[in-house]
Amino acid sequence: MLIAIAAVAGLAALLGLLLGYSAIPGRTESERLAGRVENLLPQTQCGQCGYPGCGSYAEAMVKEEAEINRCPPGGEAVVRALARLLAKEPIPIEQGAWKPKAVAVIDAADCIGCTLCLRACPVDAIIGAAKQLHGILASECTGCELCLTACPMDCIHMISAGVEAASWSWPSPEAARLVAA
Amino acid sequence: MHPPQPSPVQPPLGRFHGGIRLPDEKALSNGRPVGPAPLPSVLTIPLRQHIGAPARPIVGVGERVLKGQTIAAPNGYVSAAVHASSSGTVVAIENRPIPHPSGLGGPCILIETDGEDAWARLPEPLTHYEALDPGLVRERIRWAGVVGMGGGAFPTSVKLTPSPHNPVRTLIVNGTECEPYITCDDRLMRERADAVVAGARIIFHLLGAEECLIGIEHNKPEAIESLGLAVADSDLEDRTRIVAVPSIYPSGSEKQLIRMLKGLEVPSHGIPAQVGVVCQNVATAAAVADAVLEGKPSLSRYVTVTGRGIRTPQNLEARVGTAASELITHCGGYSRPIRRLVLGGPMMGMTLGSDQAPITKTAGCLLALTPEEAPDPGPALACIRCGDCAAVCPVSLLPQQLYWHARAGDLDKVQDYNLFDCIECGCCAHVCPSHIPLVQYYRHAKTESWAREQARRQAEHARNRYAARLAREHERSGAPRERGSPREKPAAAAGNPTMDLAAMQAAIAAARERAAAKRAARAGNGRAEAAPKAGTEPHEDRGHPARTRNPGSEGPDHGTVRED
Repeated sequence: MLIAIAAVAGLAALLGLLLGYSAIPGRTESERLAGRVENLLPQTQCGQCGYPGCGSYAEAMVKEEAEINRCPPGGEAVVRALARLLAKEPIPIEQGAWKPKAVAVIDAADCIGCTLCLRACPVDAIIGAAKQLHGILASECTGCELCLTACPMDCIHMISAGVEAASWSWPSPEAARLVAA
Repeated sequence: MHPPQPSPVQPPLGRFHGGIRLPDEKALSNGRPVGPAPLPSVLTIPLRQHIGAPARPIVGVGERVLKGQTIAAPNGYVSAAVHASSSGTVVAIENRPIPHPSGLGGPCILIETDGEDAWARLPEPLTHYEALDPGLVRERIRWAGVVGMGGGAFPTSVKLTPSPHNPVRTLIVNGTECEPYITCDDRLMRERADAVVAGARIIFHLLGAEECLIGIEHNKPEAIESLGLAVADSDLEDRTRIVAVPSIYPSGSEKQLIRMLKGLEVPSHGIPAQVGVVCQNVATAAAVADAVLEGKPSLSRYVTVTGRGIRTPQNLEARVGTAASELITHCGGYSRPIRRLVLGGPMMGMTLGSDQAPITKTAGCLLALTPEEAPDPGPALACIRCGDCAAVCPVSLLPQQLYWHARAGDLDKVQDYNLFDCIECGCCAHVCPSHIPLVQYYRHAKTESWAREQARRQAEHARNRYAARLAREHERSGAPRERGSPREKPAAAAGNPTMDLAAMQAAIAAARERAAAKRAARAGNGRAEAAPKAGTEPHEDRGHPARTRNPGSEGPDHGTVRED
């Protein structure tokens, strides 16, 4: 009796698990590739490529709907990496230019609390409420500059992160050698 | 009573791969006893003298501080406190030149000294530390801001907290001091052998170790003898051995010393605790003794001021925050034009861009090298694949392969060749017949790898936040966000559907008028007034956002403090 109950219960559990797993849609080959392409993108979510986010741009590239040179924040390094992954020739970025990382800052004197920048921010880095002074979380800001166009008061500006001793990188002697040559 | 016998000196158990013999140049400075450095008029105390988060200032500008007072508290577990090394007034907390290879400044607390050198009230000595909770003793060491003074700069209280997974059997006290020129640890072992052994005993107790090995290069017989006497005087004698290690650079490197003293190999990417060993520098041990037995924080250290460019090379006990130039002046100044001023030894030290940089807890040596001592190697030639670099690498890496891949910027490949096991000792570059600055290639590849890793983490974070936002929008509107660039559709339309667009724009226009009126009232003295953007639609400009800025708004009329 007990053995029978255990056997049927075990079978039910096994089949349940099997059903549960089979209900999860498997990722197709192109989705997997899109995931890998997306991993190469800087995730600024700035929309300069013409797509609403890095994920959509990655999908478009995999579907061959978009060129690989539409990501100015990634710069040439990302174009090269994309070219390698998608087996294409690297091409120069056509619109926009690579800029060093910067974060947005709101001028407290001019902010009228319209909440437009809150809605424009793709990563919820801006905090505020209607008619209250808004603030930007520097640690969350990707530097996409979408809030700059959204602001009717033009009171948001970008501050470049600058180089600190802690984040400083040793220069390559190779660069110095080439300059000397 | 018979005089105490120094404990016996033992030969090392093993040896490490490669290494080079260097002329030790220690006779320049090891003959004179350590003298006190003068009290400078201004102390520049960096907030980051350790590995980990910079300390957080807890004093304000204008405040009077006393010697030994904590002026910056540790900011996190892996961080260290910073203390005032003399009494005086805090005159500024700002960026100043710090000893860093970049030559960039860092946050420092500036104290104008009053010459009184008045002590703050210090905590009670913990002479009976064995009866106390080890946590209390560790807390004292953390309070004292003790960090690895051999150059590692890792907060000592963290290192003295053994993990239950890696019980520590062996404490190694590192007195090798293998870099040429440097003699501060040598002098410390000769003059403060008791403090070194007392500190070793505290560390031994905190770690629950079973044996203590003291490694000293055999070119320091006086130090070996005085530490031998101090050990014989203590109750550690039966568990302690002094080992005279051969003077092969880099015998003082932690993993190489463990190899010699214990015959053990620390795993790649691992720490010594994984093989049951903890290594502490002799100066760290003395600082631990001062903190626990006298209640004194880490305020000063022995600094070797040497090189043929210095008139009277010697060791000084310098307060943390003393400018390098003050110590050099105290040693008679420069005797001749120097090629470079180095902080640390000639092999691993960093060139100081300015002799105004302050002494930190880890700055053991100021080295003024003349052109004869540090000749210009000339331009780097092509690698001839001689393989000398691999023969001398103490970590048994393949420096040539690392060089090719670092040069090509292939950060994955260099890591396949265990770049992060490189200790940057400089042996490979020293023997390279083509004078290739190999170590700089490795440092470049290391820092670039860290930067890439950090960018990857930030991208992952931003992606998650964006996904969360999309999910939220989807939930609210019941429909997925429509395709198309956010730059090409008004942000207002994507937002709150309950609020009428026209009403919202009217409200914004009204608010803008109010703000403009306020600003006009503020800018009474005829300065340029920031005009709001023309037109009411926030998106009349579809070009690059940087170009949509209204030049009128860039005037310095905001009256706000910017954080740059």
